[in-house]
Amino acid sequence: MSSPAALIETRDLRKDYVLGDNVVHALAGVSMAIEAGEFVAVMGPSGSGKSTFMNMIGCLDRPTSGSYRIAGEDAARMDADALAAVRNRRIGFVFQQFNLLARTSALENVELPLMYANVPTQERHARALDKLKLVGLADRSDHQPSQLSGGQQQRVAIARALVNNPALILADEPTGALDSRTSVEIMALLQRLNADGMTIVLVTHEHDVAAFASRLVMFRDGRIVSDERQAPTSAAEALRALDRGEPAAA
Amino acid sequence: MNALMVLRVALKALRVNKLRSSLTMLGMIIGVAAVIAMLAIGGGAQERVREQLKNLGSNLMLIFPGSTTASGVRLGTGAAQTLTEEDAQAIAAEIDGVVVAAPSVRGAGQVVAGNSNWSTQYFGTNNDYLIARDWPLASGRLFEPAEISGSGKVALIGLTTAKQLFGEGVDPVDQVIRVRKVPLTIIGVLDRKGQNALGQDQDDIVLMPISTARNRVLGQTGGKQKRIGSISVKTADGADMKAIEERIRELLRQRLKVQPGADEPFTIRNLTEILQAQEAASRVLTVLLGAVASVSLLVGGIGIMNIMLVSVTERTREIGLRMAVGARGRDILKQFLVEAITLSMIGGALGILLGVAASFAVGEFANWRTDITPQAIFLAVGFAAGIGVFFGFYPARKASRLLPIEALRYE
Repeated sequence: MSSPAALIETRDLRKDYVLGDNVVHALAGVSMAIEAGEFVAVMGPSGSGKSTFMNMIGCLDRPTSGSYRIAGEDAARMDADALAAVRNRRIGFVFQQFNLLARTSALENVELPLMYANVPTQERHARALDKLKLVGLADRSDHQPSQLSGGQQQRVAIARALVNNPALILADEPTGALDSRTSVEIMALLQRLNADGMTIVLVTHEHDVAAFASRLVMFRDGRIVSDERQAPTSAAEALRALDRGEPAAA
Repeated sequence: MNALMVLRVALKALRVNKLRSSLTMLGMIIGVAAVIAMLAIGGGAQERVREQLKNLGSNLMLIFPGSTTASGVRLGTGAAQTLTEEDAQAIAAEIDGVVVAAPSVRGAGQVVAGNSNWSTQYFGTNNDYLIARDWPLASGRLFEPAEISGSGKVALIGLTTAKQLFGEGVDPVDQVIRVRKVPLTIIGVLDRKGQNALGQDQDDIVLMPISTARNRVLGQTGGKQKRIGSISVKTADGADMKAIEERIRELLRQRLKVQPGADEPFTIRNLTEILQAQEAASRVLTVLLGAVASVSLLVGGIGIMNIMLVSVTERTREIGLRMAVGARGRDILKQFLVEAITLSMIGGALGILLGVAASFAVGEFANWRTDITPQAIFLAVGFAAGIGVFFGFYPARKASRLLPIEALRYE
């Protein structure tokens, strides 16, 4: 490996599911590299394999064959505990349904990955509070999810994704449960994080949302059908346009 | 994840679902309380028998004359006064393992002291009687040999009799009582003995030398002079009471010249053995009560398993999320196991309180003796923790084996 390794590198990644007598090739050989600092949007119709791909690079599932390296580590051959450690240290997840623990304060929700990383209480509080500050919710740290709006809940989830300083944020339809203005706000936050150097992989089926990314990967039938760099729409700009009363961009 | 954090996460999860947690615990509470209360009741019964055994005097056998057939009429125990003081002496002298064999004669009637009187029973016997009954003096002295052989006008008095005749707190030593108009000087007071197995007050008694009873009080004379009402035999610790009973039987048959095959004119009662049988029975009762109560503990445990299984299903997405942020299978296993153990331990603790309260209530209102032993409490707590582990393990393992991706997508 003479050239600097990409943050994420998959080679001929395959995933087969057996459904009755049929074998479904959810991923039929995906090779791609994502460099540190990229903002990648993954698109495709349902059944295209984008979610499976997402699960693979999120170390939530193991490929049937092929290789997958994240930050130089070969994740395709790790056991469940090692994968858990990679998820804990390298990856921050943001989900469509936020997946916050109910009746648990925002701060404790953000602390969760640190609990599994055995970070001492004091440091845990400090780091979690720091990330809540970053997403603009420092004053809501003791609120429970039910006391927060959808946008705020997603920000808490983003703070949780950031808290263990991961190499990568995986956002699976992060705006799917939000109204359009809040969606743009969340995308602005992700863009800001990306501008600060965070690598982000975003799975979405909305073109408007994908437009905020700087690289667009299209999936179909378990394969990549297109992979292009694009000039991202500025979410901050879109927000200002919304404030001026112009039609929403997202 | 360290133990403290696991515990905090578990407590948090239980708090989030207060009603369900407390209902689950209820099974545990009732189970543990039942075990403790049942063991307390059984233990109390056992303790009562044991106390009676102690009261009676350990290793005690009583020999009564009687059960003779006179002209075809079978008379009851004591009807014929066939035993003599010499028989008692022979038993003590000739049979190994017999510590003392105390002869006694019995009478009952009014005892007078000054201007008060009291109906009680009195025994003519010797100092051996007190040895046989394990009955120490509270104050005063025992009979002198001269008093025993020479019809000394002295008496030992039980606490109840002393109280009735002289009032509370008065030392009756050196006072004079009259039994059938015979004045006897009290030389000592017997220690408290309490009730016997039949509920009779054993402290309501007057003891006097056997010669005094026979010659002065009961007024028996002539040929039947040495006849006695019973012999109290104390055997050595660890001696085989059954074998000694047989040897006594043989000796007495010889001495009384009973034909082989004929009815014996005496009865030997091994009271210790009877009480030991009772003790064994009450021990079985305790075990039975405990076993029945354990069933409810078991049911409580199954309740915990049931709820934990529901909880695992209900929280599948939470498990998925925890796994996504880095929880390993064993972290999830620990969390659910600790939740189950915490449920059963808190339930166990409350169960102890309820069980102790129930035992006291039974003791108070039903007037049963109850005995809460530390062992019973340890047993119940151990059982509770064991149930938490045992019934918590399956749901916890189920949770830990979920695949993160399937758990996250679970609807």
